[in-house]
Amino acid sequence: MDVSEVVIEGPSGARSLSQIRNSGPHPSNPGIAFSMDPVEAVRVNLSAAERRVSALAGRRTVKKEWQAAWLVRAIECIDLTTLSGDDTEGRVRRLCAKARQPLREDIQAALGLADRAVTTGAVCVYHRFVSTAVEALEGSGIPVAAVSTGFPAGLSPLDTRLKEIEASVADGAREIDIVITREHVLRGNWQALYDEVRVCKAACGPAHMKTILATGDLQTLRNVSRASWVAMMAGSDFIKTSTGKESVNATLPVTLAMLRAIRDYREMTGHVVGYKPAGGISTAKDAMAYLALMKEELGNDWLQPNLFRFGASSLLADIERQLEHYVTGRYAAFSHHAMA
Amino acid sequence: MSIAEILETMSYGPAPESDKEARAWIKSLGGEAKLFIGGAWKKAKSGESFETIAPGSGEVLVRIAQAGAADVDAAVKAAAKAQGPWAALPGHQRARYLYALARLIQRHSRLFAVLESLDNGKPIRESRDIDIPLVARHFYHHAGWAQIMDGELADREALGVCGQIIPWNFPLLMLAWKIAPAIALGNTVVLKPAEYTSLTALLFAEMCQKAGLPEGVINIVTGDGATGEEIVRHPGIAKIAFTGSTEVGRRIREATAGTGKGLTLELGGKSPFIVFDDADLDAAVEGVVDAIWFNQGEVCCAGSRLLVQESIHDRFIARLKARMETLRVGDPLDKVIDIGAIVHPVQLERIRSLVETGVREGASLFQPKAATPDAGCYYPPTLLTGVHPASTVSRVEIFGPVLVATTFRTPSEAVELANNSEYGLAASIWSETLSLALDIAPKLKCGVVWVNGTNMFDAGVGFGGYKESGYGREGGREGLSAYSRPKWLAKAAPIVEKPAAQPNAEPVSTTFVDRTAKLYVGGKQARPDGGYSRPVVSPSGVLVGEVGDGNRKDIRNAVEAARKAASWSTASEHNRAQILYYIAENLDARAGEFAERLAAMTGRRRQDMAREVAASVSRLFSYGAWADKYEGTVHKPPMRGVALAMNEPVGTLGIVCPQEPGLLGFVSTFAPAIALGNRVVVVPSSSQALAVTDFYQVLETSDVPGGVVNIVTGDRHALALELAKHEEVDGLWYFGGAATAGAIEKASIGNLKQVWTEVVQRDWFDPRLGEGREFLARATQVKNIWVPYGE
Repeated sequence: MDVSEVVIEGPSGARSLSQIRNSGPHPSNPGIAFSMDPVEAVRVNLSAAERRVSALAGRRTVKKEWQAAWLVRAIECIDLTTLSGDDTEGRVRRLCAKARQPLREDIQAALGLADRAVTTGAVCVYHRFVSTAVEALEGSGIPVAAVSTGFPAGLSPLDTRLKEIEASVADGAREIDIVITREHVLRGNWQALYDEVRVCKAACGPAHMKTILATGDLQTLRNVSRASWVAMMAGSDFIKTSTGKESVNATLPVTLAMLRAIRDYREMTGHVVGYKPAGGISTAKDAMAYLALMKEELGNDWLQPNLFRFGASSLLADIERQLEHYVTGRYAAFSHHAMA
Repeated sequence: MSIAEILETMSYGPAPESDKEARAWIKSLGGEAKLFIGGAWKKAKSGESFETIAPGSGEVLVRIAQAGAADVDAAVKAAAKAQGPWAALPGHQRARYLYALARLIQRHSRLFAVLESLDNGKPIRESRDIDIPLVARHFYHHAGWAQIMDGELADREALGVCGQIIPWNFPLLMLAWKIAPAIALGNTVVLKPAEYTSLTALLFAEMCQKAGLPEGVINIVTGDGATGEEIVRHPGIAKIAFTGSTEVGRRIREATAGTGKGLTLELGGKSPFIVFDDADLDAAVEGVVDAIWFNQGEVCCAGSRLLVQESIHDRFIARLKARMETLRVGDPLDKVIDIGAIVHPVQLERIRSLVETGVREGASLFQPKAATPDAGCYYPPTLLTGVHPASTVSRVEIFGPVLVATTFRTPSEAVELANNSEYGLAASIWSETLSLALDIAPKLKCGVVWVNGTNMFDAGVGFGGYKESGYGREGGREGLSAYSRPKWLAKAAPIVEKPAAQPNAEPVSTTFVDRTAKLYVGGKQARPDGGYSRPVVSPSGVLVGEVGDGNRKDIRNAVEAARKAASWSTASEHNRAQILYYIAENLDARAGEFAERLAAMTGRRRQDMAREVAASVSRLFSYGAWADKYEGTVHKPPMRGVALAMNEPVGTLGIVCPQEPGLLGFVSTFAPAIALGNRVVVVPSSSQALAVTDFYQVLETSDVPGGVVNIVTGDRHALALELAKHEEVDGLWYFGGAATAGAIEKASIGNLKQVWTEVVQRDWFDPRLGEGREFLARATQVKNIWVPYGE
């Protein structure tokens, strides 16, 4: 697709978040025309960011039923993921079954949530398995997300990447996780980054686009903030930290920088963008820290699956055990919970 | 609330910290706490006691003994008895005790934290994550100083019994700041915690018992201001260390004047928080939270004056208000609380009334919508905008969660506004441009500057103020001089001022053309305002000459000239060194003339006086040498960053020289002062004043900028008092008899200037005593500039 074909929509008025939630699972970010102003205006102080997140760990915590509720919400925000070279259809079906019933029924009932359809936020797979997952999740309402742009390096030809997106959407993926060309960030080619994300967005059509910045490769918060801005201006519906394949994945300071960019972008344009940390979030405690940071920096609206997702594979198992402990008062065994 | 309901609201819910153990400990006090004297728990002889409350709930926790005169006396005696043997222990032995205290505090850290929050009202997060870890760190750090004292402080020794009076805002941390350096260096201690917050000090006393600390090394006497006064006035105490209000600090300065007691004061503040337009604004907003909503704003160094560059004011204030909406006020023992309880209803009332004053004077009030508990002692986070430098709330320390905001246009205006305060404790600078931040930091008149941070503390980094925020440093090497003194002082004989000799009938020698010695002000010789002269008479009664009889107006003029010579303080060290050498060169060229003059005034042999001139030339060389060698330190606190300890000049320094040696005493005092960038107003020896008035020509020929050295001859006592009272004089050195020393200490309370009075005889000819680091340290104050970094 030629970049010049992309229709650039101007900023529209802000819609209230409750409208967005009621009108469908995802807000959509039309993006705005490219501008260097917000990129150049970025000021981010690493030491201060680290202090903020480390102090927050001591300032905010949830206990007892609040903790149980927050853990359930964490489950509802998980993009249950398998992105391995040895994935098979059988493995993907197993994952989908777990996504439909992430909590053991007795535990769910003991939490007073028997009537609630507790599911994960989505299932996230390679393009190859989109149709398998769509079929396995039929009727559940759980969307399938595909990593479809030469994941994880994103260095295959642009045409190939765009075709992969179109193929995933055609197979029924409702969410597309794209990866950016890190080179554009590292060399300061912001216009090139904008154009790349823009054409990907066009290729996504009705599907929701999450843009992976690979923050571990970008290294500095300054880069992360700038890349966040460009990704949002280009129409990303979510910005996401990592593929899970970089040596450093999601961190709280990186999250802070991205959340503040989301907030500023909304202030400037009225458009709402979601956030997805991915990689390395494997304990219930980690998940609580992220939820608290979302609540503090962006507010309760970002504690919903339409604006917040965890990209995680092993997180669910730890949350299940914590919830069992909440119900029984005993520390739980992994083998008592169904594997994904 | 059901889980399904919480899933709708996603609220936090309560997260209470258990106070079971802390309450059990309070119960163990048996309803009324005792005093810790001589290693044992004693009932107060006064028989009096008072209630201590938990400000979070208002309930009475326990009764606290009110130590009276007899109790304080017993404590001082116990401390005095313990001091000799304690100081005589090898440093390693003292280090082991301090190490044990650090470990004990860590082992009982949660009990200390909960007790502190219960008694003081501060959030458990802060007592647990900030106060108590800093306490342990302070004891570890100073265990190290005990260990290496013999080598590192070879010429210094302990002072004796230290009386320490601490505030209620950081009860255990202030105890640690006081006790750790004192006992590390061999002093013993009588400490009084604030009457609102005695409990953790008493628990600490139990730890001293557990550590097997020798009896009497640490004594804890509880009580109110009356107990504090007993400590301040007790003759057995060698040094008072006080942290608290400037008002009480003044009273203590007055009460200790003339007693020879050492004194360090860590007083109030109204610290600026400066946000430039190129700051990470979100970081700065969070900085404000840590600056003024840390410990309910009951922090002496709280960033309570927000100065925002005009161009970003609206944006910044909008973000700040949004942030304030997410602050949570409530039960100090709830782990999800940002702001706990105000320590006492009296303090709450003060905050309320000051905020009302602010609003009445035209400030706009903002407080977030979130609820503040009705019961207990709570005050919401508060922002007053549209505040001007003249507003009461801009000048007065509120000591509560109240931030006042004003704008500035340029960096230099930011500096002016920041310094426009009687206080000078701390400042924060927010800018992503390091060259801007590091340009501003040295221009701020305060002891601590945080760049892109706030309220950072470490045992290894000195803390303390400029101006009326007090004097002395706590922490690091900078803090050690407050608890030690040069060894020679103990054996030195007192100075006895002889009455001035009366001239006999002999006429003035007529071999010279008559010379009129004037005063030296602003680089010019000036006639004394009063138009009177004083004789300079040799011991045998010969009238050697006459000098101007300076008065208070001459002091005023001299101080004004010194103030205007501010560029000397920022002149390069190399430049200052050059001028000191040049002074030496010009003095040396006229050595014979000076020797002769000294011989005439002292009635001693010319050869002896030549020795004094030669020593003076050498001394000037010494300070030429030191001018570019008395460098600061780069501290490495436990963070990614540095703290730069910079030696800054005190400012305008008054110097009342020793009576003798007339020339060497003058050179030995003014030279270190100007070498390090001070401007001085000197009152020379009255009996040998002509040696100094002759010096005008040396100064004039040596390129000394006008106003750097000002000299007023006259009645030393009267002029010293004028300097002590003058509020533009930042520091005063006095070498002479005890009576004047006491009077000037008392008179110094106006601006709480740093006063160094030395009333014993010093051998000025011995370079080990007559020059060097002791003088350089007195000529400077340490500013610590914290620079966290990282990309």
